[in-house]
Amino acid sequence: MTVASVVLRSGLSDLARNRWVIGYAAAFFVIGEALFWFGGTGTQVVLSLLNIVLMVVPMVSLVFGAIYVYGAREFTEMLLAQPVPRRQLFVGLFLGLAIPLAGAFLVGAGLPFLLHRGGGVHPGALVALLVAGTGLGASCAAIAVAIALYTDDRLRGVGITLGVWLAMTVLYDAAILAIVASFDAWPLERPLLVMMLANPVDLARGLVLTQLDVSALMGYTGALFERTFGSLAGTIIAVTALAAWTVAPFTVAARRFRRRDF
Amino acid sequence: MISFQGIRKAFGARQVLDDVSLDVGPGRVTALIGPNGSGKTTLIKILLGLARQDAGLVRMNGVDLDAAGAYRSAVGYMPQSAKFPDHLRVREVFELVTALRPGAPRDEELIEAFSLTADWDRPVGTLSGGTRQKVNAAIAFLFQPSVLVLDEPTAGLDPIAAGVLRERIHRDRERGRTVIVTSHVLSELEELAQDIAFLCEGRLRFVGSTPELLARTGAAHVEPAIAVLMRESRRHDQPLATADAVPTPEAA
Repeated sequence: MTVASVVLRSGLSDLARNRWVIGYAAAFFVIGEALFWFGGTGTQVVLSLLNIVLMVVPMVSLVFGAIYVYGAREFTEMLLAQPVPRRQLFVGLFLGLAIPLAGAFLVGAGLPFLLHRGGGVHPGALVALLVAGTGLGASCAAIAVAIALYTDDRLRGVGITLGVWLAMTVLYDAAILAIVASFDAWPLERPLLVMMLANPVDLARGLVLTQLDVSALMGYTGALFERTFGSLAGTIIAVTALAAWTVAPFTVAARRFRRRDF
Repeated sequence: MISFQGIRKAFGARQVLDDVSLDVGPGRVTALIGPNGSGKTTLIKILLGLARQDAGLVRMNGVDLDAAGAYRSAVGYMPQSAKFPDHLRVREVFELVTALRPGAPRDEELIEAFSLTADWDRPVGTLSGGTRQKVNAAIAFLFQPSVLVLDEPTAGLDPIAAGVLRERIHRDRERGRTVIVTSHVLSELEELAQDIAFLCEGRLRFVGSTPELLARTGAAHVEPAIAVLMRESRRHDQPLATADAVPTPEAA
């Protein structure tokens, strides 16, 4: 068994019993069930859940991820004092955080659809929602780990993750609107599409919207994305870009982990 | 034999270790002593590969420490405070460190001496600080390491457990193991250590055996002797002795 898998297994054992992770799964389950309970159709439930996913998944992954890294600092030191390479140790520690969070989301958000036999939603939309939430969570967890490894002060680190969350979920849309309003005489499609790739939250939104015919309801870039790329190309681009948004901060964090003093 | 040669380390503008050279011999317990912020923990972390020196060399048995960390299979480390993931059970913590050192011989004496099997299935987060420290100690000694690095080993332990641990350190020294220990309980170090290395503001101010320290300062015990060194260090800001002046530690 590799070092990474040993450390991953301990992370899974720890976080599978963590009440915040269990609560995270339970919250999505309760919200999903409530949406069905109040008479929502499958598509309506996916849309409502998407709005919650786009706010809650980044916040939990960023803040919980950073707090987890700070809390595990002494444990990490103990592991680093063992005869193990740092690279493998980091892979195990990251996956030990990201996989339980992804598992909690998938169970919490997916179970209501399972109980309601899909709720009449198009399977592609449900899969897109689950993939988007999982990818967004992995991406934000990687960003959180990178922030925590570059910022020794715990309060400052958590503050930065909250700032990143605010920027991704609120300020970004405000910036898009400001740009559209200011440069409405200019052809903005291409710059806006590039800007969309610069935000994992918008990518996750785009990924789901390409499976539903409601893009006009979901913001300027979502509509633009759907119109420009169509369903298949949009899905491939969004998934690839979300993966890149996980790999890039993971690589930055791994590099920092290998080189930093503990 | 562990050899630190010309170790320098700075965090930003602050020079934490300034040209520290120290030989730690087998079959000896060497106490690292110094006020808070003197560089003791940084020196230990450099030995363990947790921090990297800006300049200088660390050698174990004549071989430079490798970045991959394979040499750490010979090292047991007991940090000052033990903090394991709260929801892991005691059994799982031991399974984890055992899986990280496949094939290493195990010595479960401290697990039994501390009665840790009674807490085997309890989550670590529910243990008292003292019991967590016992887990920490048992892990440090678990794989029969030839080098033991113990940072405040008896802090948080009850008197019986502290006695068990001190007895174990004595026996490991007699077996020829190399022990580096830090503690603020100087009377305890007087009992445990044969050699004293005194660090102040990142510089090694004294290295030598306990009798040499007492003779050098004219004190009857280690505690007042260290107080003398601290006063002299502050007054003169000059090294009182260097590693060159220290006799080679004898093998047990």
